[in-house]
Amino acid sequence: MAKDKLFGLIDINWRFELTRFKLIRSLFKSRWFPLTIILVNLFLFVIILLAGLLGGFSPGNFNFGVMMVWILWWVLLMFVLVPVFSRIWCMMCPFPIFGDWIQRRRLLMVAEGKLGGLNKKWPKKLRNMWVMNIGFLMTTFFSGFFTIKPLATFILLGSIILIAFLLGIIFEKRSFCLYVCPVSGFQGLYSQFSTAEIRRKNFDICKKHKPKTCFVGDKKGYGCPWLVTPFSFKKNTYCGMCLECFKSCPYDNMAFNIRPPGVDLLVKEKRGLDEAWKSFIMLGIAIVFFMTMQGPWGFLKDMVRMTTWQGWLTFISAHSLISLVVMPGIFLLFSYFSRLLSGNKEISVRNIFINFSYTLIPMGLGVWIAFSFGIILPNGSYILHILSDPFGWGWNLIGTAGFPWTPIWTNLMGYFQGATLVIFYLFSVAYGYRISKQTYPKTEEAIRGWIPILCFLTLIVIVFLWLYLG
Amino acid sequence: MRRKNILSLVIISLVGLIMLALISAQIIYSESINPQERFIEIKARKFSFTPNIIKVNKGDTVKIRFISEDVHHGFFLDGYQIQTKAHPGQEGSLTFVADKTGRFTYRCSVACGEFHPYMAGYLTVEPNLRFSVFGLIIIFIGLTSFSFIVFLERREKKNGQR
Repeated sequence: MAKDKLFGLIDINWRFELTRFKLIRSLFKSRWFPLTIILVNLFLFVIILLAGLLGGFSPGNFNFGVMMVWILWWVLLMFVLVPVFSRIWCMMCPFPIFGDWIQRRRLLMVAEGKLGGLNKKWPKKLRNMWVMNIGFLMTTFFSGFFTIKPLATFILLGSIILIAFLLGIIFEKRSFCLYVCPVSGFQGLYSQFSTAEIRRKNFDICKKHKPKTCFVGDKKGYGCPWLVTPFSFKKNTYCGMCLECFKSCPYDNMAFNIRPPGVDLLVKEKRGLDEAWKSFIMLGIAIVFFMTMQGPWGFLKDMVRMTTWQGWLTFISAHSLISLVVMPGIFLLFSYFSRLLSGNKEISVRNIFINFSYTLIPMGLGVWIAFSFGIILPNGSYILHILSDPFGWGWNLIGTAGFPWTPIWTNLMGYFQGATLVIFYLFSVAYGYRISKQTYPKTEEAIRGWIPILCFLTLIVIVFLWLYLG
Repeated sequence: MRRKNILSLVIISLVGLIMLALISAQIIYSESINPQERFIEIKARKFSFTPNIIKVNKGDTVKIRFISEDVHHGFFLDGYQIQTKAHPGQEGSLTFVADKTGRFTYRCSVACGEFHPYMAGYLTVEPNLRFSVFGLIIIFIGLTSFSFIVFLERREKKNGQR
């Protein structure tokens, strides 16, 4: 059978196992990893929270908390962490550490027996992305505060840490990360595009290994805290890369692979409306964030920062409408056209809608990367200032407190944004037709059914191009 | 079948040519417009500029009078990397030749308050070739990819029939 090659160049089944190198495998099997990075991050977040609390209502561009989180962390997440390393942020995230501590009663070694806390199961009806979808959308209602006001950043991050802790006491393992964390949802969605994955190596070894220690745990590692089955899972979405499966597998049958971008988009398992809506919400938020933060419209900025209640309510209503109704509504229409043109009446519009929504993932990620250029290039130089004076107390720790605001490469920003949109549009198109072939049984139907979706993708990418460059 | 493939290639080539013609026409039209002197008064107030969107043509000499209506504000123009500042009652000014085309953001360059990093306006120097070129590339990719899919599937089908 002919190999399926992405752009006719890269075999989509190609993998390069990084854990074949002894050093990396030993690191992944050590209980000190990733705990050490988590502890470093925890220290950083203590400073961030302190800076947020002490900064109060002062301008955010001179505050360590605001700049580290909304400029540096966000951009790193969108540029590197998610597209390249999948959910590697979840691996090093310090937010759930207190919940883990309560459950495990220790930080480093493995506690045998039943985990602490109430250990309740997460409600069955909520075992999806909907809580994260709504939670993340609602968080963005306050974007006019937490991206600029240190105290708002403190309240937001503090609340997330507190909720993670409380849910860690009540519910089993990483239920918070899986079903609640606002940052988790979009990472899960876009990690399907990323060029790294954790997977089992040999199917037969897992099949013969009845105890399934990767799932239930053993003396060396906990059973998967993310409640996935490391011996069989097929996409990155719900793997938090905590590396426990590397520690608990007695056969060293887990691998950390480098792979072609986007291959998870072809995995049919666990596709659903919750993930589809996540795509629309992320596109909706990108439009709204761009217009309010990088656009020239002062009245929108007034709405977002709540100069009047009426303005802010109009903003959150329009924002919700765009993300939850308008974008999915237009896509539903194109999905209907897809079925109509394909001539296949046996496939439900729901299936077409869900399947094709995965074509939005590469484009959505591209849209966010392009957006992030507009954050880091004009504002990145503030970071030098806050590194020297994190609390705004007039310190000059590394001699850069007086560094003036210096926009970097803003003359090239349009080219970066345009090129990013083109590249990620290419990926959407490349995977789109493959998804069409999965959706429609006959080739002719797949070709015809693909036309409206291709038109939708082209239309949306042109809209974003107009927003960023037009 | 071969005729259809040739037809697809001809269509793609035609689309490409039409796109090139469109861009060329845009350039030629913009070159034909005589450069003018533009006097623009820009007022800054927390956290917006008035006017917030300005359009000029390539080659125009742009003279900006920059006025602050509340606190100390700055005016920095991306792409041209030039700036001026203004206090209330103390104007700034700027003169430059709009020799680079595209949309450029002008931003406040003096920390003027909480929303300062997002205080922005747009200056478009016509023709906005960056937008046109990227837009046409996207349309071209869409059309080409579709034609390519049709071509490949037909070839596969033909091979299968043999």
